[in-house]
Amino acid sequence: MSVDFLIETAKKIQVIINDNSSEIEKLDQEIGDGDHIFNVQRGIKLVIELEPTIKDLIMSKALNQIAMKVLSGIGGSSGALFGTLFMTMAKGNAIDEGVDYKKAIEIFAEGVEAVKQRGKADVGEKTMMDVLIPVSNCLKKGVEDDKDLKEILKEAVEVAEKGMFSTKDLLATKGRASFLGERAKGHIDPGARSSQLMIKTVCESVINS
Amino acid sequence: MKKFMNSADDFLKESLQGFGAAHQDIVSCHYDPNFITRVTPTKEGKVALISGGGSGHEPMHGGLVGHGMLDAACPGFVFSSPTPDQMLAAAEKVDSGAGVLFIVKNYSGDVMNFQMAAEMMQGPNESVLTNDDVAVEDSSFTTGRRGVAATVVVEKIVGSLAEHGGSLHECKALGDKVNKNSGSMGVAFSSCTVPAAGKPNFDIGDDEMEFGVGIHGEPGRRRDKVKSAQEITNELLEAINEDLKPEANEEILLFVNGMGGTPLTELYLIYDNAKNMLDKKNIKISRSLVGNYCTSLEMQGASITLTKLDEELVKHWDSSVHTAAMRWGV
Repeated sequence: MSVDFLIETAKKIQVIINDNSSEIEKLDQEIGDGDHIFNVQRGIKLVIELEPTIKDLIMSKALNQIAMKVLSGIGGSSGALFGTLFMTMAKGNAIDEGVDYKKAIEIFAEGVEAVKQRGKADVGEKTMMDVLIPVSNCLKKGVEDDKDLKEILKEAVEVAEKGMFSTKDLLATKGRASFLGERAKGHIDPGARSSQLMIKTVCESVINS
Repeated sequence: MKKFMNSADDFLKESLQGFGAAHQDIVSCHYDPNFITRVTPTKEGKVALISGGGSGHEPMHGGLVGHGMLDAACPGFVFSSPTPDQMLAAAEKVDSGAGVLFIVKNYSGDVMNFQMAAEMMQGPNESVLTNDDVAVEDSSFTTGRRGVAATVVVEKIVGSLAEHGGSLHECKALGDKVNKNSGSMGVAFSSCTVPAAGKPNFDIGDDEMEFGVGIHGEPGRRRDKVKSAQEITNELLEAINEDLKPEANEEILLFVNGMGGTPLTELYLIYDNAKNMLDKKNIKISRSLVGNYCTSLEMQGASITLTKLDEELVKHWDSSVHTAAMRWGV
């Protein structure tokens, strides 16, 4: 994983998020406050705009710049949560000596764990954690079992989609959707949808490379 | 969408610039990161009070910066929490060395961002989390009750204590006490439109109301047909009383808050109807506040807040305040 890869992937994520923006906005208006899509779009745009600043930086510094940018530029829960994800990844052990796929999975898993702590949300609470935690576990397991990378990533794409759909029938206990009680049932969580799209993009861009 | 705006991107900046210019005797607005401070530096030894939240709730919080209330406010984008860099910059500017008290409404985004700021901050700091909205059930498994209009009451009363030399610990304790002594509930007749979204946050029929609505238009307890003002007021007060359990002859502050799109005429009508009911229950209204303080853009609606008072709280409620939105005793 290189800094170039981060930037190129952010550009691909921008395309897929823009393609699905009205769906995500609608999901959020059903059970949230409608700002999630704007936060995500703003965040991705800011990361892409960082290209000239970070392209020659070492990995830890580049990730840290991304973290501070999404933290200050997005605001809301998304900013704090994605900021925590990248800030934790930036602290990954020895990442400036090169990040192979095993290292990438290791720091992603550490990041997801930190996000879980920050948001105090676990699987089953109708949030993006219903996508991120199973994906993180799937990736770690794949490495442990010494599976082929492409196979691991294909599995992660499926796990992400399954996690996203699982939020449909859940009651929300965290975030603004929690105020809806039973009324939130039957709606997919917008944060789970946007996270699933991002995971899919990252995995598929590695699979197809 | 019809709004006074030039572009969604400049909406907040232009509004802040206007606010700063209109009240330049009281506040200074700082940009990138955005925060509002008093025009005068914090007195040596005075605890600095910093609040913040998404924009769209004006005058909360920028209009509450000034003598007797906040030292700084951090406005986020409309209905979106401010970020740690804003809080850190504000803290650096207003901390006199006596510490910083963050006053935070219990919404996930606000809580997380203030928490990150508190973790990154060097000096002593504490936080008061407001969660007065009785429409939402409190539970350790959920985000819990929302922080709404009572935040204004907390900021007034703790602001006074800080002005009178209260320590960081005392300010935190008093803030928690005011929050615990307060209960709020709101009702909305119409939705509101976030400028960047361009369309209403939720759909609501002409004859419908959202009972127990949150300050961003989040759903409350139920969707209902519009009823008479007295019936709505009674239901709001019953829900608050059930939670707050004021005793007969107990003194309270009655705060009727507008959500932005309801005229003062109607807010005073609600006040009258609330007084009818509280009189019947022998609950003594000893202090009052009526107006648009904790708003939700142009939403038609209102909330009622009750705060149980004692001698200490009355003293700090009455003490002088000089902000853009609240001004007495000066």
